Parts: sequence; structure tokens; C-alpha cells
Amino acid sequence: MADPLLAVHDLHVRFRARRGAVVRAVDGVDLELHRGEVLALVGESGCGKTTLARTILGLERPAAGEVVFEGAPIAYEQRALRRYRRRVQMVFQDPTGALNPRQTIYEAVAEGLRVQGLAAAEEERVADALARSGLRPPERFVGLYPYEVSGGQRQRVVIAGAMVLEPDVLIADEPVSSLDASVRGEILALMLRLVRETNVSILVVTHDLGLAWNIADRVAVMYLGRIVEVGPTEELLAAPRHPYTRALLSVVPEIAQVEPQVLAGEAPDPTRIPGGCRFHPRCPLYASGEAVRLGIEARCAADDPVLAEVARAQAAACHAVAHGA
Amino acid sequence: MSTVATGASARRIAWRRRRRALGRAWAEYRQDVPGLIGLGLLLLVVAIALAAPLLAPESDLRAINAVGNERWAPPADFPPLGTDNLGRSVWAQFVWGSRISLLVGLAATAIAIVIGSVVGITAGFFGGPAAAVLMRLTEWFLVIPFLPLAIVLAAIIGPSVGNVILVIGITSWPSTARVVRAQVLTLKERLYVERSRALGASRRHLMSRHIFPNVSPLILANLTLTVPIAILSETTLSFLGLGDPTRASWGKMLDEAFAAGALSRNAWWYYLPPGLGIMAVVLAFVLIGHALEQILDPRLRERRR
Amino acid sequence: MTPLLDVRDLHVTYPGGVPAVRGVSLELTAGETLGLAGESGCGKTTLGGALLRLLPRGTLVTGEVLLDGEDVLTMRPGRLRAVRWTDVAIVFQGALHTLNPVRRVGWQIEEAITAHEPRAQRVRARVGELLEVVGLPARRADEYPHQLSGGQRQRVLIALALACNPRVLIADEPTTALDVMVQAQVLALLEKLQHELGLAMIFITHDLSTLAAFCRRLAVMYAGRIVEDGPAEEVFRGPAHPYTRALAAAFPVIGDPAFRRHPSGLGGDPPDPLDLPGGCPFHPRCPVAQPECQTLDVELWPAGEGRRAACIEVLEGAARG
Repeated sequence: MADPLLAVHDLHVRFRARRGAVVRAVDGVDLELHRGEVLALVGESGCGKTTLARTILGLERPAAGEVVFEGAPIAYEQRALRRYRRRVQMVFQDPTGALNPRQTIYEAVAEGLRVQGLAAAEEERVADALARSGLRPPERFVGLYPYEVSGGQRQRVVIAGAMVLEPDVLIADEPVSSLDASVRGEILALMLRLVRETNVSILVVTHDLGLAWNIADRVAVMYLGRIVEVGPTEELLAAPRHPYTRALLSVVPEIAQVEPQVLAGEAPDPTRIPGGCRFHPRCPLYASGEAVRLGIEARCAADDPVLAEVARAQAAACHAVAHGA
Repeated sequence: MSTVATGASARRIAWRRRRRALGRAWAEYRQDVPGLIGLGLLLLVVAIALAAPLLAPESDLRAINAVGNERWAPPADFPPLGTDNLGRSVWAQFVWGSRISLLVGLAATAIAIVIGSVVGITAGFFGGPAAAVLMRLTEWFLVIPFLPLAIVLAAIIGPSVGNVILVIGITSWPSTARVVRAQVLTLKERLYVERSRALGASRRHLMSRHIFPNVSPLILANLTLTVPIAILSETTLSFLGLGDPTRASWGKMLDEAFAAGALSRNAWWYYLPPGLGIMAVVLAFVLIGHALEQILDPRLRERRR
Repeated sequence: MTPLLDVRDLHVTYPGGVPAVRGVSLELTAGETLGLAGESGCGKTTLGGALLRLLPRGTLVTGEVLLDGEDVLTMRPGRLRAVRWTDVAIVFQGALHTLNPVRRVGWQIEEAITAHEPRAQRVRARVGELLEVVGLPARRADEYPHQLSGGQRQRVLIALALACNPRVLIADEPTTALDVMVQAQVLALLEKLQHELGLAMIFITHDLSTLAAFCRRLAVMYAGRIVEDGPAEEVFRGPAHPYTRALAAAFPVIGDPAFRRHPSGLGGDPPDPLDLPGGCPFHPRCPVAQPECQTLDVELWPAGEGRRAACIEVLEGAARG
């Protein structure tokens, strides 16, 4: 397989919380993103997926590990970061908050060009970016302020603002979760069209498995700072291996055939990550005694499982899976 | 793809929109009756201050020229506002005194706002050790007692209008700094600032394009509320004799009125005009500031849809 | 069986002339679950608030809201206060500011109880029991809202709603901001409570798939009116109204290849209530709009067994037989 466009190697990102507790937001993550692919990073709140996305963009600095773009680790010096940000861009969860209410839509989209010093043909590029994001005719929108258009249109403006730089990678953090349900499809369709037309790679951070099924080529499932399973969408969502992925899928309302496995409690906070497999306190296999039956119970409580291949391009971090269950 | 329709015209559109937004703001302001009253009062006082030479000859302020006048003359005998204990025209003092009150009020506020904003924005935006130093400095200045400082300065460099402006400016900037810093801290966390950073913006760009435009309404509102404080401070200092003894000011009028016993003489025409004048200016700025605050609050703006 | 809650031709107009609800009628029998689906601006939250007269002063409300035959809209304030919370209670979205941030959660539940039963006994014990019923340890009554997670706050709100043993529970987007696993937990809790206590529930949300799984009947709202209703599963699997179809399509069925790389959505925006299109309010965005839709006054026409839809297709389908 061709070299990945963007990769993350053994990434650790830590924060200091109240009373000196250390938040291990990203706790050893390896991930790859290839050209022209859509990768969904799925997980619940607190799993570290947004921190991972921001670290990839250079908005956070890792405590250990590196972010590698086109084979070279990213440099955090200001000019190098600016060059990097021309190639890797971000779309945010809240399109209303992401736009300065005092700036017109034109200024919002042109900001990237101005900041990057690409003043040439600014007007054309802004108009082009707006049109490609579905805001046609662009003239109708350039003079408007964000509060004068709908939520869906605001997100298109944010997307246009990112795409005007013609990046290689687009990181979308919950791009449609704050939009009305009927409008989501349009934004997702836009993203797929952008991939087709410009070969941009998209890393979508989301909690919505349905969204992953809708647009992603591959899915990576994150839990408490680690990737616990990764693989092609069809395989992973049709036949998940990791017990966490299985539980998540089982509670999605659209799947009525599967018996829902509602996990007890909530994910522990990232300052107190359980020892051994971080999922084992909530794991249905562990709780039901299946782990005992497989003879791996001790390992679940003591050893941190690594992401191991279970099939072509598919991997899971689970002792039961590694055992061959 | 149309190129002519966007671009330069987009900038023109943006300017047109800003002018229209100003027009809308004015229309909104017009609806705020207290704000209009405040504006009217202010314009009246400014008109008096500017037209001082036309309203009363400056020579009327000198005691020498008042020798022939009846002393303590009520307005009925010596229009329009009677005379003081030395026979000087109270009207002349009132009219010329307005200049000092306004001058000191505005100049001292300008100093306070400029220093306060710079310190507040710097401390809020950059954070770290520099901010800590700035904030300790701010607190230090906050604690300086106003009157003792004025007295000390007057004793050392002599009483003058300049000193009054300096003293008021030095003691007023800390509160602006704290308010501005608090606002900048919230603005820094806004998602559009992060987006700008993600686009590759330098700190200078963030400061000038996002932080400053969004903090300036606050500074403006703070300004309109600092002016009355400055004017009252000037009044206090002049009343205590720390102002320039050669210049007429409303505070000085009050000082001399009380010293000469205008109260016991019931010479209301001597102490009421300056008192009411100060009240009017202070009230004007407070009303204007309040009206501006309502209009400029960006949250109210966004919800206009 | 006479309905426990019978809403007849409800119209709600906010001060300023904004028509949020334009003629809604629905029924709820004891122990039944009714889902109310729709997106922002459709009027569903307004409807929920109108049932308990919780709307801002100056809002014009016409129609009838019959609770066991008694019209809530014409109740005297004393009777209304007695009915609120003891007969009908609301569960809101568990956002941080839904609970009083400076009071402990136990105190807030106590307040609800003593407001309706001033001489109640064993209040603290009852609060503890309520928290246990919703799956929280009783000692958490001593905590403040910011010390709880989103899911826990939602449980507190449910406990709060159950404080006076209501017969009807209105849940307004109770799981929207929660993670999918926590959502499942809260839904499981609501289901359990609904069965054990025989509660009638109105579940308001934009998540059509959740309603299909949870509710027995379902009504879809658009621009202040109900555009389709019927048995939840049937409406979700086979929508009769184009809007319902678009809304259902927004929730991809995982495993179904039809949804693979094929996101579907609606163009345009929800209509401005002050500037509604003529005829069917949905026609500007409708993928199958016909010329008549611009002028036809749509109503809820029969669209199958126990189903209705306000669409010309239904009318034509019926005509075709």
C-alpha cells in the first residue's frame, strides 16, 4: 500500500488538570491516513478524539510521539506550522461559533488566503470556494454576515474557508452534529464530492456510527485515549471484533436485530485510566465470565493489549480477539 | 464563475454594510430616550465650552476687572448669574469653567483608556509571566490612594491642570485594564479565534482582526463611564485647592463659594450652577454610555435574525 | 378508551405575531408513548411548553388541552399549579443550566416535593429513593450540578420530574446532547419507568430512529403542524410524507448498502414562521412537489390503518384506491 499521507506514531498528549492530576487524553495512538480516503475516528466524549485531531493540526503539542506528514515529522516553529496548515485544514463542530460575527462571509473565507499571504486572485478564489461548497451564486453570500444565513450554510462557509487553501487533508470535528438532521446529508454529500473532485483526504471525528457508515472508507474506534479497533468500514461495522465496538453498535437504534448491550456506568475519566486493558471494568466479556472461560482473565486485568491485526487492514486491541475468539 | 461581481465589490459591499450598520446603530440609539437626553445635555455643555469667548469675555474672570461690580449680587441685579464674593461674574466663571471640566475629563480618560487597554489586551492575550507582571503592576496602581497622590504631586510639581490630568489618568487606568483583560480572556477561547489559528494566523493577525474589534465596544462603553469619574475627580481636586488656581473651573467655583460662605449667605447662584453643571455632564456621559452598551453588545446583534 | 390527554386544534402565537404552532390535535391514552419528531423551528418544544402553560407572558394560545376532560388552558392558577408536576411533568435537556447551579441536586428535588405537599413527611428519604430509581446512589443528592456528568444530570432531571408521581411525562430532547451509550442507558431507564409506573409519555426529539424504537405512536411536525402520524415503526419504515422520508433517510441504517457513500439530505432551510410559503409549507424543499402543492391547503388525510399524512400523494393514492 502506498505510503500514508498523514500518520501518527505512538502519540501521547497530556494535560494538567486540577490538583495536579494528569489527563492522558491521547495515550499511545498510531494512525494512518491515505490520499483521497475518508477515515472516521469514532468514540464517545472524553475518549480523546478531538484532542487527537487538534494535535494532528498542530494546535496541541504531544508529550511523546510524532505527527508525520508526507514522511516528515511536523515542525512547531511558527513559519513551518503556517506552511503545514496550508496543507492540513480543519472544519469545526459549531459553525456559528467558528465564524467571527463581525466579519462578512467573504472576509471569513478570504481570511485563510490573507493569513497565508496568498493575495493573488483572492476574489476569484473566494468565489470559487463558495461555489464549490454549494453556496451559489457566490455574489449573494459575500456581503452577508453569519447570522443572516442558516446553520447548514454557515458550515458550508467554514468548509469553503478551509478548502480555499486547497489542502491535502481536511479534519472535520463533528461537522454535522449541531445541524438539523435533514440538512446533514447535504453537508456529508458535499464532503464526499470534495474528495472526488480534489482528492482531499478527510479525517472525520464523530460519535455517530451511522455517519461513518455513510461516508467513511475506514473506521478507527477510540476509547480512553487509545485506538481499540480499526479497519475498513464494511468489515468493521458489519462484523466488529472488539467488545466495545460491538456494544456501541448494538445500541444504535437503527439496528433493531441485535440485542442491545448497554454498558454500565460511563467511561472513567482520563485521569484515572484503569490498569491492564482499559476497557476491562466495563467489558461484557469480562463481566459475563467469558474472559475466565477463555483463560485470559488475568491478562485483561494486568496487560494492556496492543492493536494487533485480525484480518487484512483490520486490527483490534483485545486479548479475547488475539486469543482467536 | 463571476470575478467582477466579487472581489473589489465585495470590499465595497463590506464598507457599505458597515456604514449601514452604523446608520442602524444610530437609528437604534435614537429610540433610547435617556440616551438622547444624555446626548443633548452633552452637546449643550460642549457648545457652551466651545462658545465661551462668545458668551462671556475672559477678562471678566479677573478680580481686578470686577472691582466696580457689586459683590454677592443676585442674578436679578447682575444677569445672568450674579456675582461672587469678589464681584466677578459667575456666568463668566461658569462658562469658562466648563472648558476645564471637559478638558480634564476627556484628557484624563484618554490616558486611562489607552494605558488600560494596552495593558489589558497584552496581559489577556499573551498570558504567562508578562501578564503576571502586568497584573501585579495594575493592582499596585489600583491601590494607590487618589487624594494623597494628588496632594503629594501638587506639593512637588505645583498645582496645574496638567498635574490634575496626570493624577486622574494614573489612578483610573487599572479598572479599565482589568475589565479589558477579562474580556480578552474570554475572546481568546472563542472558536473563531481557534479557527484563525488553524488557518495559520500569526498572533498579530489574531490581535488585530479578532481580539481588538471584539473588545473595542467594551472599551468604548468603559470610556463613556470613565469620563464622569474623571470629571468628578477633577472637581474634587479643584475643590480641595489642588487644581490650577489661575484657571476657572467648576470645582474651583465650589471651593471658593464654600470658602466665602455662600451657603450661609444663601447665594445659591454661586454654588448651584457649577454643581448642576457637573451633574449634567456626568449624567450625560452615564446615559450615553448605558445606551451605547445596549447597542454595541454583540450578542444582541447576532440575535437580530 | 377516553384519552388521558386530548389536545384539540392548538394554536400558539408568540408575542410579535410569530405562529409557532398552527392547529395541532393529538391524543394520548394512559400508559402510551407518543413520539413527536421535528427539527428546529417546527414548534415541537413550543407544543410541549403549551401543554403546561409554560410559555412567556403575552403568548397567544387557543384551542383545548384536555387532561382527563379538564381544559388546562382555562384552569385557574391554583388548579394549574396543582396539576403541574403532580399530573404532568416535563423532563428537559440536561444542560448545565437546566438545574440551579448554586443548589445541591437533592435540595432541588425536595423543593419540587414540598412545593406541592407542604406537609410532606420523610422528604429526604423520598429524594433518596427517587435517585435510586433513576440509577444514582442516594448520597449524590448532596452534590451540585456541575459535579455530575451529562448523563447523571439527565437522570436527576428525570427524578425531579417523577417527584410528585405524575401520570404524564413530557420529555423534551432528553438524550440529544448525550453520548450514544449514555443515551441508551437513559432510554432504557425511561422505558423501565414507563412500564413500572404506567406513565404516559410524550417524547420530543428530532431523532426519528430513537422514536421508532421507543414509542408506540409517532407524529412528525413541520412548520407548526403535524404532517404525518401513525404507529411509530410503520411510519419510520414506510413514511407517507416526503418530509418524513427525508428525515428518516438522515439516519443511515448500518449494514444497509443503500446508505453506503450515499448521504441524503434536504436542500433549503426550514421555513421562516413569519413568511410561510403558500399551500403546503414543505413544497419549496419537497423532492416530489407538484404544481398544485403551491396552492393546495393540506390537511391530515388517511394514509393507511391508523395513519394520516398531509400530502397530496396520499390524497391521490386514496383516490386511485
